[in-house]
Amino acid sequence: MAEASPVLELRGVTKDFGAGEARAKVLQGVDFTLRRGEFAALVGPSGSGKSTLLNIMGLLDRPTTGRVLVCGEDTAKLGDEALTRYRGRAIGFVFQFHHLLPEFTALENVMLPMAADRGRLDDSMRECGAVLLDLVGLRPKLHARATELSGGQAQRVAIARSLAMNPRVVLADEPTGNLDTQTSDEVFAMLRDVNRRQGVTFLVVTHDSRLAARCDRIIDLVDGRVVSDRPNRPLP
Amino acid sequence: MPFEWFVAMRYLREGRAQTALVLGGTTMGVAVLVFLTALISGLQRSLVAQTLSSQAHILVKAPERVARPLALEAGLAADRVQRTPDRIRSVEQWQQVLEAVARMPGVVAATPTAAGSAFASRGEASKPVAVRGVDDETFARVIEIGPKIRAGRFRLDGTSAVIGSVLADDLGIAVGDKLRLATPEGRGDTFVVEGIFDLGNRDVNQRWVLVPLRSAQAILDLPGGATTIEVRVADVFAAERIARQIERDHGLGADSWMKLNEQLLVALRSQSASSYLIQALVVVAVALGIASVLGVSVIQKSREIGILRATGTSTRRIQRIFLLEGAVVGAAGSVFGGLVGTSFAVAFANLAKSPTGEPVFPVDLTPGLFLAAFAIAIATGTLAAWFPASRAARLDPAEVIRYG
Repeated sequence: MAEASPVLELRGVTKDFGAGEARAKVLQGVDFTLRRGEFAALVGPSGSGKSTLLNIMGLLDRPTTGRVLVCGEDTAKLGDEALTRYRGRAIGFVFQFHHLLPEFTALENVMLPMAADRGRLDDSMRECGAVLLDLVGLRPKLHARATELSGGQAQRVAIARSLAMNPRVVLADEPTGNLDTQTSDEVFAMLRDVNRRQGVTFLVVTHDSRLAARCDRIIDLVDGRVVSDRPNRPLP
Repeated sequence: MPFEWFVAMRYLREGRAQTALVLGGTTMGVAVLVFLTALISGLQRSLVAQTLSSQAHILVKAPERVARPLALEAGLAADRVQRTPDRIRSVEQWQQVLEAVARMPGVVAATPTAAGSAFASRGEASKPVAVRGVDDETFARVIEIGPKIRAGRFRLDGTSAVIGSVLADDLGIAVGDKLRLATPEGRGDTFVVEGIFDLGNRDVNQRWVLVPLRSAQAILDLPGGATTIEVRVADVFAAERIARQIERDHGLGADSWMKLNEQLLVALRSQSASSYLIQALVVVAVALGIASVLGVSVIQKSREIGILRATGTSTRRIQRIFLLEGAVVGAAGSVFGGLVGTSFAVAFANLAKSPTGEPVFPVDLTPGLFLAAFAIAIATGTLAAWFPASRAARLDPAEVIRYG
């Protein structure tokens, strides 16, 4: 069977902060490729550079050296505005805290990335947002304010929002880190379900070895280097 | 609906306390702007109207005579050069000048006047007066005397005269009574008082005797002459410029009301300057208010801005959201402020009224004032939002999502 096409490639990515004596080398040459449909876990101890790497993969930050390719396109060539537009279209984010905009309803939160991309809101976005909320099981909460949702519900809305632009890859930073075990399992199951049904690539940053064990691939980052990158047979 | 509008409106609607605060400040600022402008402009208009009620906008007269030293023998210097006493002189070829001036752009009307001093007497009583021979039809177009006739009517023909109310009281004259005018040189005539005016100026009401131009020419020994041509212009503040033009075109002397009332004008300018200063300070205060509230809002919403940026919102859109907030606050503030300012102005105008029912403090509430307030408020709101909006656009999404 042919290998799935690469969605996100990191080639010799380094990231330094500070200068001179105070220079900190947070990433020291990271190479790996995420392929279409993969469900990978990025694990590692605190301070290993996971968040920095996630920011670079999510085009929120640029590497000091090395290249980031999204669907084969070198993102180093893109200016800031083009990078923002590209990020909005190609990459979805799910954060540890849902980070929904409290002034807006669940549906509006899901619509915002689409509206930001097209510069306006229209009915097609409402329909699309409703379908996505249906997918995460929140059809009845369409018009609930973000502040009226439980933690699990809010995180599900955040997942729906991450899928709004039909991204190539969703980067999830400790997506269940703020939830109780049961809700955490439900949300994780939902991410896997979306991965299987929609074919969206996921990279999940987690400290939870139990959750990592449920991913197809585990990338281990220590001191800014990938020390292991292995396939995993997920537990049922 | 545009994305930026949707987000900006929601932020304003949901941030009720902040919105109410900034809107209240803008409203009060615009109210002060509208009230102060309406009051100052009303007062100035009233003052100018009062000044010009008995005065032409421009007086065209024969050029001043220049005294020159006599030719002296070498080595001698004149101790002083003094002008000889001048008798009343006519504007040369005043009919042509009158016609040309009346046709000038910006000139509404022009009328010839033969003016000089005389004594008005009735029975034993006698008063020094200013005789003004005028053409009643064109004179009424230069000085609006019609509505200011207190008794009788304004008509001058044959031996009729129209006099001021104070003079009428001094001499005990009523409409239909006779009045004798005599110059110090001994010329004179008897007139029938056709009307009594009150031009709102005590000196004018006491001194002026209006008679037909021909009669004045005869009394003042000025056959066929006119000492001045009095001019009314459309824009009173263009009077000085038009006066200079008349001087250049005709080689005559021309004094505008602005030159004759220089102190009044200086006072008006000082008043305007202080009013502009107050208004500028109010605009700055409003701008600082909007900038600080939106600045706080940007800090409070840092993480949300980061999320919007992470999900594909460009820096320009982020900037526009906050600029729009500023502009909307300015626009709404101008509407509310316009209403509050108008209420203040109307209440103030009704506070004190003259015996004729006219407000003592007249106010000028014009569409131009509201349009200007609207434009200033929107511009101030948008400019004030510039700094917080730029700050919002510069936020690093990765950093603010992580640290807030």
